Amino acid sequence: MAWMRGHRHLVGLAAFAAGILGLPFLAENEYYLTVLIVAGFNTLLVLGLNLVMGYAGQVSLGHAAFYGIAAYVSAILTATWRWPVAAGILASLLVVLAVAVLIGIPTLKLKGHYLAMGTLGFGLIVYIVLNEATALTGGPSGLTGIPRLTVAGWTAESDRAYYYVVWGTVLLAFLLAQNLVRSRTGRALRAIHTSEAAAAVLGVDTARYKLAVFVLSAGYAGIAGALFAHYVTFVSPTSFGFHASVQLVTMAVLGGMASLWGSVAGALFLTLLPEFLRALEDFDILVYGAILILCMMYLPGGLAEGARRLAQAAGALVGRRAGKAGEVP
Amino acid sequence: MSRTGETSPFFRGEGITLRFGGVTALQGAHFAVSRGELLAVIGPNGAGKTSLFNVVTGFYRMEAGEVWLEETPLTNLATHVVARHGIIRTFQNLELFSNMTVLENVLTGAHLHAGYGTLDSFLRTPRFFREERRLHERAAAALDFVGLSGRRELLADQLPFGLARLLEIARALAAEPRILLLDEPAAGLNLRETAELGRLIRRIVEHGVTVVMVEHDMDLVMGISDRIVVLNYGEVIADGAPADIQRNPAVIAAYLGEEAAA
Repeated sequence: MAWMRGHRHLVGLAAFAAGILGLPFLAENEYYLTVLIVAGFNTLLVLGLNLVMGYAGQVSLGHAAFYGIAAYVSAILTATWRWPVAAGILASLLVVLAVAVLIGIPTLKLKGHYLAMGTLGFGLIVYIVLNEATALTGGPSGLTGIPRLTVAGWTAESDRAYYYVVWGTVLLAFLLAQNLVRSRTGRALRAIHTSEAAAAVLGVDTARYKLAVFVLSAGYAGIAGALFAHYVTFVSPTSFGFHASVQLVTMAVLGGMASLWGSVAGALFLTLLPEFLRALEDFDILVYGAILILCMMYLPGGLAEGARRLAQAAGALVGRRAGKAGEVP
Repeated sequence: MSRTGETSPFFRGEGITLRFGGVTALQGAHFAVSRGELLAVIGPNGAGKTSLFNVVTGFYRMEAGEVWLEETPLTNLATHVVARHGIIRTFQNLELFSNMTVLENVLTGAHLHAGYGTLDSFLRTPRFFREERRLHERAAAALDFVGLSGRRELLADQLPFGLARLLEIARALAAEPRILLLDEPAAGLNLRETAELGRLIRRIVEHGVTVVMVEHDMDLVMGISDRIVVLNYGEVIADGAPADIQRNPAVIAAYLGEEAAA
């Protein structure tokens, strides 16, 4: 018991891995599996976004652009230029990291609303380029004929195989993020969030840290984008527009800022919720909005804080019972 | 252990000039502090005391002048680079990391002394664990030194104001400063807290840390300082031992007006 308390994050991680392994067996049909795979892409994206927004406190309203750049680069390289898939993915990741450095250096000099505007502008520009560079991107109708994920001769043909690829990647990304957050780097990022001046005074190179975490989060988005392209085998600009960026921010906030479990919860919740609401037919959007509003009103710290409060209440209840049982008359 | 008869002082600034448009905040200001000494910088409101700190720690760029730590020039370096030279400051308006616990605040203070890189964090290498353990010991020592050991798991913004001040000092101490710059450490403290703060600052100096302190509380300044620099309208008008400063006519004039000095 004491060991479990000391290694709570390992226990959590093991439970997470077990959940990932077991979930496909609960999925009754292929469609559910597809939804879970999409939830995996979103989880990767939100984990990365939360490092920038939740931990370092830097707003990014153009995060879907990185998702889109990676998807398109890998799509063009493999579908149009016939590169091997692995090479396409690797190249797309390098392009995304390079773009993030080039965008991050000027943009991260901005603060608050100005940073939001800057990243918003970046997202819009990428969206416009995807729509207008028709020769390269296929324009609004997108690109088809993208090969399925193939690595070293093995192709992820079935959705179940793809599910494990995606969620295995999520697990690894989660582990790396958790290790980063629980270190001097994580403390420096949170320090930047509350007081850049105090962080700098203690020797934190704030500009470098902000850029590094921005590039890392773009990398997360890049992996998600490449995996997306080689799963759906079709890309079009609508997946990567302003709406997508806003949805990612919503997932991060609803899940809980500066909480990695919150990112997983937020991405899963908001990806799965519309599927459950579909039964309501015409009213689904209304109910979706109402649920968002209620969550933000009663759980300002997000789903992560809600879970923590629930656990505390349960713990207090158990403790009181135990206390009563142990009372000496 | 201050070596007497040093040719150049440990930490010094010369001819520091800072202007904001037409306003001159500092005009050829200078200071010098010997190793292991407590220097107070005083002066009426708007005299340029905090500006001096902001120039030294790289928040503002000085137009003219130089800052030296022994033989190392520190003029107009970036804030985090100044910190790497062992010059750590606190803020007049507390700048605690309110989203972190007391312990995490102090651990962040030890940022520069964490002997591991990002790769060690990602891979959880033995070095990571060894260094983190060392940082925790160092943070615990700093919290113990200021008397906050019992509150390490509280969130920083749950501390009452007086203790929050102490936390900011503990966080700075965890950075193992060679020079500690305290910006109005007694602001907002009551008499008893101020007296305790004075004893704490003296203890810091006795541990070999050189301290430069901007402060308004004259009892505190006269009680604990080794030397005092007086600024008025951005210029140094006096520099000496507390007893000399108290008798200095230019200082009395600056604080009370010309007639009182006459």
